[in-house]
Amino acid sequence: MSVKKIPMRDGYGKALLELIAANPKVIALDADVAKSTRSGWVKDKFPDNFIDMGIAEQDLAGTAAGLALGGMLPFTSTYAVFMAGRAWDEIRTTICYNNLNVKIAGAHAGISVGPDGATHQALEDVAIMRVLPNMTVVCPCDAEETRKATLAFAKIDGPCYVRFGREAVPVVTDETTPFELGKARLCREGSDVAIIACGAMVYESLEAAKVLADENISAEVIDLHTVKPIDVDAVVAAAKKCGCVVTAEEHQIFGGMGSAVAECLAKNFPAPQEFIAIQDTFGESGQPQELMDAYGLNQSSIVAAAKKVIARK
Amino acid sequence: METAALQKVARRVRFEAVRMIYEGKEGHPGPALSCADIVATLYFDVMNIRPDQPDWEDRDRFILSKGHGCPIWYATLNERGYNNPKVEHFHLRELGSIFQGHPSMHSGVPGIDMTTGSLGNGIAIGAGMAYAAKAHHKDYYTYVICGDGEMQEGVTWEGVNMAKGRGLDNLVVFVDNNGFQSYKTIEFTIGQNNMADRFRAFGWHTQEINGHDVEQIKAAVTIAKATSGSPHAIICRTVKGKGLSYMENNNKWHKGVPTEEQWEITKRELGGE
Repeated sequence: MSVKKIPMRDGYGKALLELIAANPKVIALDADVAKSTRSGWVKDKFPDNFIDMGIAEQDLAGTAAGLALGGMLPFTSTYAVFMAGRAWDEIRTTICYNNLNVKIAGAHAGISVGPDGATHQALEDVAIMRVLPNMTVVCPCDAEETRKATLAFAKIDGPCYVRFGREAVPVVTDETTPFELGKARLCREGSDVAIIACGAMVYESLEAAKVLADENISAEVIDLHTVKPIDVDAVVAAAKKCGCVVTAEEHQIFGGMGSAVAECLAKNFPAPQEFIAIQDTFGESGQPQELMDAYGLNQSSIVAAAKKVIARK
Repeated sequence: METAALQKVARRVRFEAVRMIYEGKEGHPGPALSCADIVATLYFDVMNIRPDQPDWEDRDRFILSKGHGCPIWYATLNERGYNNPKVEHFHLRELGSIFQGHPSMHSGVPGIDMTTGSLGNGIAIGAGMAYAAKAHHKDYYTYVICGDGEMQEGVTWEGVNMAKGRGLDNLVVFVDNNGFQSYKTIEFTIGQNNMADRFRAFGWHTQEINGHDVEQIKAAVTIAKATSGSPHAIICRTVKGKGLSYMENNNKWHKGVPTEEQWEITKRELGGE
């Protein structure tokens, strides 16, 4: 059976068009990759609501801050590795310290960006955005969830970061699926192990749960799209119910969603945890799926981690 | 405002800036004094502002990109009536004080349009404000004061490039060209102190003036406002520590606190009327 796949960035572009149609103060800024991030859709349809800042990410972030103070609602986008990395100082001191209403999108995140190699594979962005006070961080699982997250950003005041990949990924939600910032989404109920995932790893986790079910292991799957603020109640409830946790994310093992879950559990309900993530190494060139497999970001790794963590109970 | 009155204001805010550093036992007096005449002229002559309504939507905006010079900004805002009642003791850099070591929009000081401290960012942010003004058909101006040292930051030139490309003629950038940075001179550090050449190369409308002559500062702004199509750079030749004999052109005063003896000199040279 073939699975329907859409790139998450399409959800970002769609949401921008919806937002601008309803509110002309919304303005999209990009750093020369508008075609990739889909902010180019704004340029085509609402050219007055688009600025290409050129290859100048720090300037992009600073100018967005100025625009926000001038009463506009800027949505900035470029590749996550440059958006979160290169402009980190401006995001920290100019945007977050001032709690400015600037929305930030990191595109082409994760190792699945593929052949461009390690220089372009943002594997640290969630960690360095999550550490900033006032910042909301969302790592959606598919195009529709990316759309909803982007729309939700416009409804709250303050800086927000959304990261998404380049590849078309399986569709796991639809228009009717509930989405609330800060509220984890229960995708599948289970009792032996809680798999908490974000981004493209949500689909992999659901597939892993099916494999585990065949072996009489009941896996709960949670889509923890909002990494910050973390849904403490949902994470703790899952750990209490299942007694152990696997986290799965397309990000470095240190500082990302898995770390956020570990912090939450250490404080509230310590439980064994296994981390499916990039294991403290840089990536390399390759085809997206080859890389996901080579770096252990797939359903078979999740299945193995689930068995391992259950044994640690 | 009349030249003599402006000069008086500049002298008073210089004294207050040094006083808050003397009392707080921390701060950057040299960089504050070199831009004192520019800040005073902007707030007392040039800018369209309402001190009793600091968030007035149509106000001219001001960014002190060289945030470490903030004692002069705090003193000028106070002198201009932003604090009601006037602040007597600033408690600069002390725990719990609204007068932070670098200016913050959210520490509670009325009139701070932008937080700074990480050098190089003022022009990019100012360009955003200027762009928003044009998009909303507002006629306010955005004024930025940069240090000459911070022009070594790459983001500065990203902002300069963008502001010219977008024709932001409602953006006026002063460069406080005192020739020093934290460690040594600009010349020593990067081998060139050619601020005006750089802005001209980017196509900015560029003027060079004496940054301690309030008449020249006023005139440069008038010329800038009459010139459309390009953002404006006003390169100000200044003296680090200007106004105090023991501080002028002595880079040890990039950061420092006057001794009791030096405070007595300060009172003699800048105190009173």
